[in-house]
Amino acid sequence: MTWIFDNWERFWEVTAVHLRLSAVPVLIGFVLAIPLGWWASRSQTARTVLFPFANILFTIPSIALIVITPVVIGVKILDEINVIVPLTVYTVALMIRSIADALSAVPGNVIAAANAMGYRPFKRFLTVDFPLALPVTIAGLRVATVSNISMVSVGALVGLGGYGQLFTEGYQTDNSPKVFAGLVGTVVLAVLADGLLLLVGRLLTPWARVGR
Amino acid sequence: MIEFRAVTKRFEDGTIAVDELDLTVEAGTITVFVGPSGCGKTTSLRMVNRMIDPTSGTILVDGKDVLTVDPPTLRRGIGYVIQQAGLFPHRTVLDNIATVPLLSGWDKRKARTRAAELLEIVGLDPNFGKRYPAQLSGGQQQRVGVARALAADPPVLLMDEPFSAVDPVVREDLQNELLRLQAELDKTIVFVTHDIDEALKLGERVAVFQKGGHLAQYAKPQELLSAPANDFVASFVGRDRGYRTLTFLHAEVPVHPVATAKLGERITVTDWTLVVDEQNRPKGWLSGVDGEVEVNERDLVSGGSLYDGSSLRGALDAALSSPSALGVVVDDAGAVSGVVRADDVIQALAKARAAGEVPR
Amino acid sequence: MGGWLFDPAHWSGTTGIPVRLLEHLGYTLLTLLIAAVIAIPLGAFVGHTGKGGFVIVGLSNALRALPTTAVLILVVLWAGLGDFPVYVALVLLAIPPIMAGTYAGVRAVDPSAVDAARGVGMRESGVLLQVEIPNALPLIYGGFRGAALQVVATATIAAYTGAGGLGRFVFDGLALQDFGQMLAGAVLVALLAVLVDLGFAGLQRLTVSPGLRPVGTGGKN
Repeated sequence: MTWIFDNWERFWEVTAVHLRLSAVPVLIGFVLAIPLGWWASRSQTARTVLFPFANILFTIPSIALIVITPVVIGVKILDEINVIVPLTVYTVALMIRSIADALSAVPGNVIAAANAMGYRPFKRFLTVDFPLALPVTIAGLRVATVSNISMVSVGALVGLGGYGQLFTEGYQTDNSPKVFAGLVGTVVLAVLADGLLLLVGRLLTPWARVGR
Repeated sequence: MIEFRAVTKRFEDGTIAVDELDLTVEAGTITVFVGPSGCGKTTSLRMVNRMIDPTSGTILVDGKDVLTVDPPTLRRGIGYVIQQAGLFPHRTVLDNIATVPLLSGWDKRKARTRAAELLEIVGLDPNFGKRYPAQLSGGQQQRVGVARALAADPPVLLMDEPFSAVDPVVREDLQNELLRLQAELDKTIVFVTHDIDEALKLGERVAVFQKGGHLAQYAKPQELLSAPANDFVASFVGRDRGYRTLTFLHAEVPVHPVATAKLGERITVTDWTLVVDEQNRPKGWLSGVDGEVEVNERDLVSGGSLYDGSSLRGALDAALSSPSALGVVVDDAGAVSGVVRADDVIQALAKARAAGEVPR
Repeated sequence: MGGWLFDPAHWSGTTGIPVRLLEHLGYTLLTLLIAAVIAIPLGAFVGHTGKGGFVIVGLSNALRALPTTAVLILVVLWAGLGDFPVYVALVLLAIPPIMAGTYAGVRAVDPSAVDAARGVGMRESGVLLQVEIPNALPLIYGGFRGAALQVVATATIAAYTGAGGLGRFVFDGLALQDFGQMLAGAVLVALLAVLVDLGFAGLQRLTVSPGLRPVGTGGKN
């Protein structure tokens, strides 16, 4: 832990990079997964196509996806895009399922009641379906966020930034306090992000806490 | 015989579930514990096989204090049926039924043979043995639950709201089945329900519990109806208890002859006429239009309930529900033997009361 | 990529594809075995007693946040190179999903079946082993197969500290700027993951009671 205080500036610098590299994919992936998850919640065809595809995406090791991405989209190996794209892919793969499950779990009688009162489909999705699907969706988002924060480190194996740099440098210079500092940083960041999402979820869904 | 002696159960949060319960369940009877939720009826039942232990007091099963027996051993000697059956989803119906015999160390073949026997006893096709619980309806699952409880032929059967999760038609089937089984098997059965009709139908004796774990009254069903011990029992057994009392009275009601006619006949109608089929079974009523008519299916007014001589309640209901105010009386074959009038039933009731047959 | 993957020279010898594949499979299976031996009893016990559930959930979440690369490097720095650090890192990765799946599975068993199990006279060990665990198997397998996918994918980084497995192709390819070799490594890992999952899916079919399959798909005679 003393490594963190002795190298305060460096630690903040990698923290900022790590945060950026993990937050951006979560945001993009989440937004992309909403229409796909909605589709999968409504159509059996969508499920039979999307779910196995999402499962296969998960089996590709992150390190492999990170080294292949530049070849596929034609950027330099040291570009941050190479971490952002794979992590976005993982987030989408994970969130499709969460969102589809969440939307499918919205009680049918509530939807029927909303239809009976004259909601148009899009308005109903925004004001009824989606809010009721939030608890399960946020649970999925928490898993995606924590695993992203942990996976960003893998980028360092090919020279990208974040706490992972502390691991590779620490390994090369036999400096375990430095590795440990990165480990602590990762875990703390993950726990904080997880707690933040939990809090946001509670604030957004006050009805989920009453009447238990 | 099961004896509760000053049994009290106080839960950790301080609520008293059962308060100083003194009660004896006679051997070979169905005894029903009935009451609103939170009255301690289920807790009392679960203390018999030590699913819950009392805070104080003694429970004796056939003279033996249950607290002196190790719970699993005790439970293997007492049948246990619960709401929604609680079947093991991962085991076939046959293996579910064979659970207790296998736990008690029977060999597999003997346990299976016994399980197959029980399947038949509870009225299920032998093919059901190979199915899994998820492939059965609620009523069928409950039959398997009863079979599982009977497998090791225990003298005592505990039934905790076993029929409350099935629809009314199936529930009535299961209740009749239980009465039929009990007539053959002669077990000591404790049956918990919150449904007073079920309690009155099944119970030879009924214990009414009220909030706070008090035993409000312990009596035969007709006594509960005619002489409720307090306002709680009176309101719990319901507003139409006077009418329900008739269920337990089997007095003689005079049967009057009735004019009948068959379809296609030309008759002169002056008053309500009962139309019957070739086997003399009732089809409906023809209302009194003066003059000669041909008896036609589409002119029939459908009749009310039929009275088969079971109880005064059936007689009165037949009269009240009939469009002609005449209750149709049928014999065992379903053929018309006459009609009864509501005022005759009231008179029969008055006679029974004078003779002291109606408890007070 | 096809060229590298189908070059016969890469299919023989102690650094060939079959050897690396078996190494990778070996890491995966031993890791899963160790993790299962630790995680299933813990998850089952806590699920059965219902006490300490928050410990299981908290521990799972904390372990999930643990970066496997860092654990691997730390153990290498403390204990030296070899397979030991690989197992430590991968077992820590595999424990959370298996433990969470077992815990959730046992908790999710129909309470009336558990009540009936006690009511017919099973002892606590019987309730757990004969009723709760068999009924929790679908969720236990869910956690286990999730862990298996993660372990197969992550065992790749073992090669970063010089251990074997299919990760060798990825890291050697990276060092040599040989994209064909890297891609071949990645594809082989993904293929192995699919095969391992298929294997466990088959095992699941064999060991989970047909009574627990969704209604309509199983066991009808």
